[in-house]
Parts: sequence; structure tokens; C-alpha cells
Amino acid sequence: MLEIKDLCASVEGKEILKGVNLTVRPGEVHAIMGPNGSGKSTLSAVLTGNPAYMVTGGSVQFYGKDLLALSPEDRAHEGLFLSFQYPVEIPGVSMVNFMKVAVNEKRKYLGLKELSASEFLKLMREKRAVVELDNKLASRAVNEGFSGGEKKRNEIFQMAMLEPRLSILDETDSGLDIDALRVVASGVNKLKSQDNATIVITHYQRLLDYIKPDFVHILYKGRIVMSAGPELALELEEKGYDWIKQNND
Amino acid sequence: MKNQEDNKKGHQPKQDDILHDAVNEEYKYGFVTDIDTNVIPKGLNEDVVRQISALKDEPEWLLEFRLKAFRHWQTLRQPTWGHLHLPEIDYQDISYYAAPRKKKEGEIDPELVETFDKLGIPLNERKALSGMAVDAIMDSVSVRTTYSERLAELGVIFCPISEAVRDYPDLVRKYLGKVVPYTDNFFAALNSAVFSDGSFVYIPKGVRCPMELSSYFRINAAQTGQFERTLIVADDDAYVSYLEGCTAPMRDENQLHAAIVEIIVEDRAEVKYSTVQNWYPGDKDGRGGIYNLVTKRGLCRGDHSKISWTQVETGSAITWKYPSCILKGDYSVGEFYSVALTRNRQEADTGTKMIHLGKNSRSTIVSKGISAGHSQNSYRGLVRVAPKATGCRNYTQCDSLLLSDTSGAHTFPVIEVGNDSSIVEHEATTSKINEDQIFYCNQRGIKTEDAVGLIVNGYADEVMTKLPMEFAVEARRLLSVSLEGSIG
Repeated sequence: MLEIKDLCASVEGKEILKGVNLTVRPGEVHAIMGPNGSGKSTLSAVLTGNPAYMVTGGSVQFYGKDLLALSPEDRAHEGLFLSFQYPVEIPGVSMVNFMKVAVNEKRKYLGLKELSASEFLKLMREKRAVVELDNKLASRAVNEGFSGGEKKRNEIFQMAMLEPRLSILDETDSGLDIDALRVVASGVNKLKSQDNATIVITHYQRLLDYIKPDFVHILYKGRIVMSAGPELALELEEKGYDWIKQNND
Repeated sequence: MKNQEDNKKGHQPKQDDILHDAVNEEYKYGFVTDIDTNVIPKGLNEDVVRQISALKDEPEWLLEFRLKAFRHWQTLRQPTWGHLHLPEIDYQDISYYAAPRKKKEGEIDPELVETFDKLGIPLNERKALSGMAVDAIMDSVSVRTTYSERLAELGVIFCPISEAVRDYPDLVRKYLGKVVPYTDNFFAALNSAVFSDGSFVYIPKGVRCPMELSSYFRINAAQTGQFERTLIVADDDAYVSYLEGCTAPMRDENQLHAAIVEIIVEDRAEVKYSTVQNWYPGDKDGRGGIYNLVTKRGLCRGDHSKISWTQVETGSAITWKYPSCILKGDYSVGEFYSVALTRNRQEADTGTKMIHLGKNSRSTIVSKGISAGHSQNSYRGLVRVAPKATGCRNYTQCDSLLLSDTSGAHTFPVIEVGNDSSIVEHEATTSKINEDQIFYCNQRGIKTEDAVGLIVNGYADEVMTKLPMEFAVEARRLLSVSLEGSIG
């Protein structure tokens, strides 16, 4: 579904990605690990079309389409979802209203009829259960006054609502205590199917105990320097990032 | 937009496109009705005041009122304290009375019906919105008031003020100029001298008005000013919700709109006054547009009385208005909810005054300013608690949202508390709409212009929810449309 070839990107004139290659097929879970500043978050930003980042080379195909030629909202409509590392607060805009616009925009794009109010509320109820999101939370303004854990749970709730084909979880484990981590991970696992795929971006092995990857990639200085099965994450945990640095500097 | 090169640069050209669209977006209500209009020659002197009064066939006392106001106005100078670039207006270069000529007595020109239809204000009762009575005013005269007869059965008077002067002279005389005397300020004096039409509302004791009353003001004629005058009286235990909307054609010259609204509320009565102001704002370089210089004030005369002002201000080149409450009755309540949006070269200096005279009176002020383009947006407020007004409460929240680096947001709050059993709170914030919020929406499949509309409506939500339902829908749409592409 996703084919990244020699992707290069910069932010504020500084080159961050220096030729990333990655192929993701339906049903797969890929973990991308790497030390701070290696380009993990840049990769998610570039894939989702954040205008602060500039693509300087390479290509990305998503289900045969040129992903980089699409607007951020069309990328979302095509089924690309990002669980933000730092979810943004939007005061005064209720989660219900926000999700209603988002879901119906996507349906419009796909040529489907907009959901009626009652159909929509039923969908909200169903999906809320996936991440045990409180009804009160869902009726509040987008992320406003949410705790760190609530924000991350809210991201996975939105993922459940939008049913993406490819989800990128950008450091979803950061700032979560062990209980919240378990809830969020179990939500992600419930949403997993043979037809969708997940890219998990993380520093630590910890999250991968809950969300089992099929592949682990190590991103270092803007390139994927190592790819292997889940055992790579364990090895990395044991040896630390210095091991990578020694081998690649 | 789908061009690979553009996207390689990593920039969505969208934002600029939208900005371009907005700048070039036409003001929807900018058309001119071609209708035979009776306009008196430009200029202002005692004879003109007499002429206006004569055209309206007014009683002697009202002419006296006008003349006193005019003489007082001559001693005043145009105020300069607003945070505005209001030029010295040449008051001799304006015509003070313009009336669409009637074809036949008692009949409305089909052109006028069509004009108001186009503005979404059907004058035909069969077509009219149910639950809303309308007084439609073009230039200096009221064109049509719907549902007057039905309301009369309840004792509710809803008619053009010129008719009220003729049919209910005692009521008008009793209340006119009592809340906003002609000595109040420069523009109030001017209005009192030359005011033309506006609405008169009287709700008798114990009556809850069963429908929303609304006035729709339309400026059509060129080089004229509109000086409307509205007077609303709610007797003991009465209730009314009143709405006001306004539009004008697009013209290169500025036009003056100097109105007065007076509200009097007796024991336990309540008046809810909502405005959606969409006068022509001028073009993107600040050419043309309405000078909206308005004095609005309500008197909570009775105990437990209540006045609530809600305004959504998106139009006018210059706005100068401070809908205020004099809280004279014990336990009386004053509210002011405002959203003021300025873009391009618009300037708004708006806010409220809450004057607490009655014991245990309460007031709430929620002001939301939104500035885009090169506009200037100011909140100016006064909260005064008299020494004898013990146990009062005020809560003020004053927020500014900046949509561009070139716009300005300013606040000028004054608080005077005359006793120590009263509590006054003031909160203020200034924020910028940020790219992160927009991208977050984009990533969820919401395009930038919708995202901006959503974010701004969210910001204004507290005020929007105070508007009557049908009006709120229109106001939200107006806010989103006015904003398209105002980011940058």
C-alpha cells in the first residue's frame, strides 16, 4: 500500500531525511525506532503533508497514487491517519462537531452519503468503547484541558472513527503511564485487520510489548540503517543507541 | 495545485489561494435597487430639520425636540477618542432624508419587495418566517411591518416609530430620549435632530411576546445617511426578543449610519436584543464602506429586570458602538455578548458600559474580537458600581484572536467600584490562530477554509449560543464566509 523511495526532506533549510526507503503492505505493523533527531517525526510529518516540511527528493506511492501530490486533507481521505505526538487543543469546538465534520468530509470524498445525526452518534458510541473514552470527554472541546493520557486516547478514538488504511502512531507512548499505555495499545490492536497497516514510531521497546511489530526499522541521521524482525527492538533495548551510532558514524 | 513541483516545495498553495479568493470575494449584499427615491438636497440646518419633521407630519413637541437637539449638536465636535481613523465628516455633504416613492398609497413597490426578498427578508406574510415579525426599513422610511395586526391582539405594539408618533404619541413622548438624551454625545445629538425611521416596540404588562420581533435596515440611496431610531419598552413582567440586521450597497464613498436604540425595562421584565451587523465594509484597500456610529443603551428601571445585548459585528468600515446597561433596579441584570470581526482595513471600537445603581445588580460581559488583514479591533468597556449599589457582581471576559501579523487588537477597560461588598472580575486573553491547529484539522480531512471557520466559530461559541436559533445559523455562516482565507 505504501512505497517510499529515496525520500529526502528538510525543515527550515536543514536536511533531515536523506533517502528513506520503506515498503508497507496491508496487515503489517512496522516499528520505526531511532535516537532523538534521527528524523522519525519528520517522516510522519512529510507523509501527512505538514506544510512546515519541504520534500526535496524521492517519491511516495500510496495505493498507486502519488501521495506527495495530494493535499493533507486528501491524504487523510485516502486513508492516512496520524496519531500526533502532541495533539492540538481547539477551544470551543466540541469533539462531536469536529468528528462530524471530519467523518462527513471523508464520506463526501468517497462518494458516500453524509451520516444523519443519529447514525453519527451511534458510531461515536461504538467507537468510544474501543478506547474506553468517557462520554463527557467526547462532548468537551477538542483536547481542551485533557490530560496527557486522555489526549492520546482521544487520538486513537479518532483513528477508530476514521477507519484509516494506514495509521502512523507518532510516539503515542510518550507521557503515558502503564495503565493508559495498555488501554491505548489494546485500542490499536482491536482496530488492526488484514486490510490496514500501522507504523509505530517510538523510542522504546516498551510499547512494542503491547503492539507487536512484524518489522523493526532503525532510522538514524535521516536513513533507515537497519531493518529486521521484532528481535531487533529487543537487541536495541539491550545494547542501546550507542551501538547504532558506533556502527554508522 | 496538483502540480508535483509545488508540492515538492512542501507548501500547499491552498492557503494563498484561499486568501486570494477572500480578498476578491464580493460582498453579497452590495447591489443597488433602482427605485424612484425622494431625496432632499444635501446639507444640514434648522430648515432641513423642520423639513424632515414636516415630511413626517410630526407634532409640535417632536419638532421642538429635534430643534433643541440640533442647536445642541452645533455646540459639539466630532469625538476623537476612539481608536479609529474617523475622518472629519463633512455634514453639509450628506442628504438627511431619502424615501422610496410610493407608487400608490398603501401599496409597496414590487421593486422593494424584490429587494428584501433578495436579502432573505420576505415582506409577504404568507412567505415570511413563522415566529418572526419584521419591520423592513429602506433609507429613511419603514417599508412594511409584518404581523402588526396579530401582535396588536395581544396588546403588543410593533410599528415604525413614525407611525407610533402619530398613533401612540403619549407613549413615545414618555420614553423618547429618556435613556439616551440628545445631550449624550455628538452622534446622539445629530440623530435626535434628524432621525428618520426605526422601530417602536411596546410590550404590555405580563405579556411574553410570542414571536421574535426584528428590524431589517437597508441603506440604498447614495450620498445619504441613515439615522434610525429604535425604542423598545417592556412593561412589568413582559418579555421580548428583538433582532436587528443591516446591509448596504457597495460604493466607493463612505456612508454615515448614526442610530440610537433605547430600551426601557420595568419590574421583572426582560428584553433580549440581538444584532447581526453586516453593513458594507469597504473594499480590500479600505475604500468605501459604512461609518457605523451608534448609541445603544438600555435602562433596567424595574427590580429584577434584565437586558441582554448580543452582537455579531462583521461589517462597516468603522464601527463605534457600546451597547450599555444602566442597572437601576435592585437585582437587575445586564448582559453583553459580542463578537466583532474585522478584516482588510476595517476598524472597530466597540464594547459596553455596565452602570450598577441598584443593589445586588449583576452584569456579565463576554467580548470576542477577531482581527484579520490590516484591521484594528478594540474593546472599550466601563464597569461602574455606585457607592450605594451594594452586593453587585460583574464578570468580564475579553478575548482577542489575531489572524494576521498586520492586524491589531486593543483593550481599554475601565473599572470603578464604589463599595466593598461588590465583586468585579476581569479576564482577558490574546491569542493567534496557529498553523498547528489548522494542520491538525487538515490531517483529519478538514480543509483549511473549513478549519478556520471551525476554529473561529469555536472561539466565538460562547456568544453564538446566545443568539436565537435561526439567527445563529446565519451568523455562523457569515463568520465563516467573512473569514475565508483571512489567515496570513
